Amino acid sequence: MIPCLDVTAGRVVKGTNFVDLVDAGDPVELGCRYDAEGADELVFLDITASSDDRATTVEMVRNVADHVYIPFTVGGGIRTLENARTMLRAGADKVSVNTAAVQRPELIEEIAAEFGSQCVVCAIDAKRRIEEERDRGWDGTWEVYLHGGRTPTGIDAIEWVTRAVELGAGEILLTSMDRDGTRAGFDLELTAAVTTVVDVPVIASGGVGTLDHLVDGVVEGGADAVLAASIFHFGEHRVADAKTAMAAAGVTVRPADSSAD
Amino acid sequence: MTTGTPLIAVLDYGIGNLHSAQKALARQGADARLTADPGLIADAAGVVLPGVGAFGACMDALRGAGLDEAAHAAAASGRPFLGICVGMQMLFTASEEDSAAPGLGVIPGAVQWIPAGPKIPQMQWNRLALEHPDDPMFERLVDDPADPIWVYFVHSLHGVPDDDGVVAATVEYGSTVNAAFRLHNVFATQFHPEKSSRPGLRLLGNFVDVCTRA
Repeated sequence: MIPCLDVTAGRVVKGTNFVDLVDAGDPVELGCRYDAEGADELVFLDITASSDDRATTVEMVRNVADHVYIPFTVGGGIRTLENARTMLRAGADKVSVNTAAVQRPELIEEIAAEFGSQCVVCAIDAKRRIEEERDRGWDGTWEVYLHGGRTPTGIDAIEWVTRAVELGAGEILLTSMDRDGTRAGFDLELTAAVTTVVDVPVIASGGVGTLDHLVDGVVEGGADAVLAASIFHFGEHRVADAKTAMAAAGVTVRPADSSAD
Repeated sequence: MTTGTPLIAVLDYGIGNLHSAQKALARQGADARLTADPGLIADAAGVVLPGVGAFGACMDALRGAGLDEAAHAAAASGRPFLGICVGMQMLFTASEEDSAAPGLGVIPGAVQWIPAGPKIPQMQWNRLALEHPDDPMFERLVDDPADPIWVYFVHSLHGVPDDDGVVAATVEYGSTVNAAFRLHNVFATQFHPEKSSRPGLRLLGNFVDVCTRA
């Protein structure tokens, strides 16, 4: 169970499609809270682009590493080996690459060669391909999108996942752009299509609205881990509730720590 | 050194991120320092050898920093010594990952690939089965002794000591995989206590306590 925290200028924010951002708290405070509630890992996504804010993010990573004692991944804006090095040296356990890796796949190889595959998460934003011309609906495949889902690439998602793993990605963070923000549940067909073709852990993301959706991601989608953001930040559900729901559905999970300080 | 605040030397040989281990020990009340200073290491109440990445690269870096002898001397000194992940693996005689790079030979035995079957590396939380439940390092990791102890692993190989009495804990991962070791003053974990939330912090706290008493 992996809570995801979008950060900008050192704060956790919540918004829809990168607009109407609402402050959701301090990254260290939220990280500690999720740790105490039983989160297995954390993902921080830097959703800003300006270089000033990048420096703030490095500082944030250092702070998180000093206070939060579970593994965490940092993504968003990792464009070069040097960016990855900076985040890993600041204390991140893994970095996640997305747009830059599609544009220059060798980036995955470079980070894996220096730090090992276990440090490289390949984040993929995939969207169902619609045959608009003849109005025939979904053609049964998914396309990779960049820039937070705004830019289509023409690249088949399953082909890209396979390639990314060959290049050394140690984990796949798979987001359905059709479901992201909808609260309608994961695109389970997408999750299953990816988990059956790769032998590295797959984290399902995009669309979680209820605790049952998390269970579905593992049981039906075959995901190794599930990621969610908004259902946790404002106390709607606690990570511990998600763990309880999964355990009740027969999924082996590390239970929430009942002795939390 | 202030009484009750043991100086713990975390060996700094220039690899990856070692801050988490140092910070976690400091949070548990130690005067924990990342250091490559042989004098400081010789004076420390306890010594920690962390490590991430490849066995051969870590051994090269340790030798390059001139810390292989310091690590060996600290382990032989009888002072509390803790090896973590590849730091644990380097305590063994050799590793299948890199036959050209001999280990420190503190724990007689070889580091071997996890038997085929499950996804490699094991990159997940797993439950410890304690072979030495009375080891002071395992004291009160969880509130209720009946509760499982979940800790975080990232590894493709595990230590196989010549004397299996040295194995302090195991986990099930396709087969039984060795997760922790105890040989006299040396304790070593394949898992990352500094990434294992409360049970991991408590284990590091136990190490601080052992150093305080030593």
